[in-house]
Amino acid sequence: MPVLEKGSLLKRHSPLASASEQLRIIDETSAVPSFDDLLRKNGLNPLSATGIEILQINVGKRCNQICGHCHVDAGPDRLEMMTQETATECIRALERTSIPKVDITGGAPELNPNFRWLVAEARRLRRHVMDRCNLTVLLLKGQEDLPEFLAFHSVEVICSLPYFQERETDRQRGEGVFQRSIEALRRLNTLGYGMPGSGLVLNLVHNPVGAFLPPPQAAIEADFRRVLELKFGIFFNQLFCIANMPISRFLEFLLRSGNYEQYMERLAQAFNPLAVAGLMCRNTISVGWDGRLYDCDFNQMLDLEVGFAALRHISNFDVSALNSRQIVTARHCLGCTAGAGSSCGGATAGDG
Amino acid sequence: MDHYYCRHDLAKFSDIGKESPALWEKFLGWYNAVFAEGALSEREKSLIALAVAHTVQCPYCIDAYTTTCLEKGSNLAQMTEAVHVAAAIRGGSSLVHGVQMRNIVEKLEM
Repeated sequence: MPVLEKGSLLKRHSPLASASEQLRIIDETSAVPSFDDLLRKNGLNPLSATGIEILQINVGKRCNQICGHCHVDAGPDRLEMMTQETATECIRALERTSIPKVDITGGAPELNPNFRWLVAEARRLRRHVMDRCNLTVLLLKGQEDLPEFLAFHSVEVICSLPYFQERETDRQRGEGVFQRSIEALRRLNTLGYGMPGSGLVLNLVHNPVGAFLPPPQAAIEADFRRVLELKFGIFFNQLFCIANMPISRFLEFLLRSGNYEQYMERLAQAFNPLAVAGLMCRNTISVGWDGRLYDCDFNQMLDLEVGFAALRHISNFDVSALNSRQIVTARHCLGCTAGAGSSCGGATAGDG
Repeated sequence: MDHYYCRHDLAKFSDIGKESPALWEKFLGWYNAVFAEGALSEREKSLIALAVAHTVQCPYCIDAYTTTCLEKGSNLAQMTEAVHVAAAIRGGSSLVHGVQMRNIVEKLEM
């Protein structure tokens, strides 16, 4: 078992805690073509939004886990949390628009004291709500009623489970996480989550446990389904494959393990023009814990704000101006276009 | 050239087609067809390739198919079993030739 770091990059005073240092490393990887060059060669430049179907709200960096691949650099030592005031601005923005989906993420979003209010308000507005859940948060003291709360509001739960075995899961997410995740999944299944006909959607997220690309989604979903059902009696709806972005703690792992250049070459070599149309940045707007706006959660962690200087905060939310905005890109975007493509909803180009 | 085997040489594989592009194209077309999803899945084929790579003891193939197996969703336990299958056949094929040895001994001995 590799020893996962004991704290966030920020707590350890790592230079990689700085977004500008991460961008410097990514920008200087000259052996690998830039994302914009590859778009240009394939006639796909510039990359623009096609509308806003999803308001993705990152309510903060606090988390009860310190996963080795976390692009947020989240952890128990992070204090950045969305305030009630900013959460209210998110709801006001929703009220002024017909954006159908709200995707709540973190950190562990449930640890934000305003999480439940945000969910209830978004549901009051009849929006589809998704909770990006690390599973173990459901077992924490004080969160015992969380599964019932999510079920009551018909929240789609999207759970991180990188693999159907303990060894791989714990190497990425920490010792004991797999067993606790299985227990949390059982609780969700008991409430009807992932069960046919319940209407309660339980989706899983697979991230590769290392410096390689995700497998074809349909194939690995079948493996997950077979093993989780047979060995643990667990059911789920869909599995989403998400590639690891070469930023934050995964970037730290790549550099420390000597895999960085090879991984970047792999991403560029596997660039798939067919994955571009379904990129999540094209139909999503991402809100940071402090209300600032980004094209995606990864750009958020790199401090790459949306292009319109006047519209960079949820308090100035102007959906018509943002609908067809040009997306801000850098070399890390190669992570979303490699192989079958990668987004918060999994592969973007079918099975590659 | 300090080493006969260098990881970076794997990326130069296609250079072998420079003097005979037609043969290289035929090889590549066949190779890609072999590894496409068929009666066996891509994941199963990559595990077979990993086992064979260990049998022919090709470091390029071991490098390439270790990564491919992971990218097809296999885990270390499955990959280790595939290598054991290769090793068992290699060991078994040596051992089964012991029958020849026994036949000859039987013929020669009083």
